[in-house]
Amino acid sequence: MTARSASHATFVIEREYPFAREKVFAAWADPEAKRRWFACHDDWAPGKHELDFRPGGREHLTTVEPNGVAHIFNAVYFDIVRDERIVYAYEMHLDDRRISVSLATIEFKAAGKGTKLVFTEQGAFLDGYDYPAEREEGTRVGLENLEKELRRRGLS
Amino acid sequence: MLNQVESLSLVFQALSDPSRRVIVERLCRGPASVSELAEPLDMSLPAVIQHLQVLESSGLVRSEKAGRVRTCRLQRAALQSAEKWLNARRAMWERKLDRLGDYLEQQARNHDDGRKKP
Repeated sequence: MTARSASHATFVIEREYPFAREKVFAAWADPEAKRRWFACHDDWAPGKHELDFRPGGREHLTTVEPNGVAHIFNAVYFDIVRDERIVYAYEMHLDDRRISVSLATIEFKAAGKGTKLVFTEQGAFLDGYDYPAEREEGTRVGLENLEKELRRRGLS
Repeated sequence: MLNQVESLSLVFQALSDPSRRVIVERLCRGPASVSELAEPLDMSLPAVIQHLQVLESSGLVRSEKAGRVRTCRLQRAALQSAEKWLNARRAMWERKLDRLGDYLEQQARNHDDGRKKP
């Protein structure tokens, strides 16, 4: 029997790209463009991807690890402000097991000639979070980063 | 066995308080007595002890009493499991956002190449 549990956390990733906001935003908005960077994974089977980019629209992505485990992403878009902000909710499944339900907010800010992208995820992680493919990589950031994350959660 | 996610919730809950984070930061530098931990905190000793109890029940901190001095030390394993958990999802997005950068650069190169052609 699955032990039921839910755990909550928020993390933020910031990136600067030397390209104008319209260009960076378009890579999220255009299904063909999004597929190019979002749907592929170095050594994983290419995924089935669908994107209906409008408030109320949905996105689906299935990628399959070399060991056969399917990672399934389903999203619903809620807020789209062209070149400025995207807010969507998404769930992740590993095969038929729902491992998380999250809210993602992507903000696009002008930074000189480029764009600062701020990705914020607020998540409910379910029933014993287990994400083998990411776990190894997940260990590389140290205590300092954890501290930073916790501060970002607005708990100070 | 305590469910792993439940124990992580306890760790996050324990770290959600600024005073408890001051305690954890101090313990990152090595073991300390209760009175040493209380020193930078603007609160009564019983209040500090209450915070320490929360940290102990989360598994982040262990303490032992030797004579009249209680010494606290950080349990790094508990901290690492919280760290792993957050970084797993984060790592997925970092990789995706790296690929977004690669994609944008490639687009810009293709665009330049296109312009050079007659």
